[in-house]
Amino acid sequence: MTTDTKTPRYYPAEDIKRPRKKHVLVKQNPTKIRSSITPGTVVIILAGRFRGKRVVCLKSLDSGLLLVSGPYKINGVPLRRVNQVYVIATSTKVDVSGVDVKSFDDAYFARSKDEKKGEEEEFFADDTPKPAVVSDQRKKDQKVVDDALLKTISAVDMLEGYLAASFTLNSKDKPHLMKF
Amino acid sequence: MTFTRFMQVGRIVLINYGPEEGKLATVVDIVDQNKCLIDGPADITGVERQVISYTRIALTDFLIKIDKNAKSKDVEKVWEEEDISGKWEATSWAKKLASRKRRVSLSDFDRFKVMVAKKQKAAIIAKKMAA
Repeated sequence: MTTDTKTPRYYPAEDIKRPRKKHVLVKQNPTKIRSSITPGTVVIILAGRFRGKRVVCLKSLDSGLLLVSGPYKINGVPLRRVNQVYVIATSTKVDVSGVDVKSFDDAYFARSKDEKKGEEEEFFADDTPKPAVVSDQRKKDQKVVDDALLKTISAVDMLEGYLAASFTLNSKDKPHLMKF
Repeated sequence: MTFTRFMQVGRIVLINYGPEEGKLATVVDIVDQNKCLIDGPADITGVERQVISYTRIALTDFLIKIDKNAKSKDVEKVWEEEDISGKWEATSWAKKLASRKRRVSLSDFDRFKVMVAKKQKAAIIAKKMAA
C-alpha cells in the first residue's frame, strides 16, 4: 500500500485560478510638509499652468497638497491645490489668521463624475477646446477668501506688486546661492 | 611704485580664508617668511591668538604701535585708542565687503524691491537726461 504524502494522484484538468494574496497598503503617516511652508507663506510655483507665479499658501490638505490662492485679483491664480514638490517657499509671510479656510478640503476640488462620454461620442466630438466653466460657488468662495487676504496684503508696502510679478531667472542668477 | 603696506608687528590684517574669514586681526609677531602670529584682539574681533599663513591674510593700511609679542590686553588698549574698528568700517574696502554680504542674503521679496528701486532711479535719470 503506497501513501500519498508529496504529490497528489489526481490533478484537475484545467488549472484552478487562485486569487493572489492582496498586498494591503496601509497609509499611516500624513505627508510631511516642509518646515519652510506654513499658512501665509508666499510660495513660488515652478511648474504647471501657473509656473513663475508668486502665490499665498493657505493651508495643507489631508492629501498632502497645499491649498493656495493668488489672490485671484492680483495674479490670476484661483483657490487651487499644488504639490509642495513643485514649489519654492520664500521667507515672506502674509497674515492669514483672518481667512477662513476650514471648508476647503480635497473633496471640494474633486472632479465631478458626470463628465464621462462614450468612446465613440468622444471620437466624433469637436476638437475645439471647451472653455472652462467655473462654478458660482467657486467664484463666491474665491471672493470671500481674497477679500480677507487683500486687506492684509495691501497693508504691507510693495507686497501687491511683488505677488503680481512673475519669478524669472536671469543669466547671472545662481539659484543654489540665492536666498528665498 | 613702492610698497607701502609691510608685514610688521602692529599691522592690521583681514583674514581671507578659513574659519575666521572676514575678520580683522593684528600681527603680533613674525614666525618666518610664510607665517605670523596674529591676535584679534579676541574680545574685539573674535580672533584668538594663533599662527596664520600669509596666504590666508590680506594687509590693510592700518598700523598700530604695539610691542612684539604684546599681551592681548595691551593690543586691545591700543586698538580702542585708535578706534581701528570704526576706521575700518569707514573704508570703501569694508563697505564693499558689507554690500556683497548684504546682496547674497537678500530674500526674493528684497530682490523685487531692489529691482523696482533700480527702475525708479533709471526713470529719474532718463528724465533728467531728456530735459
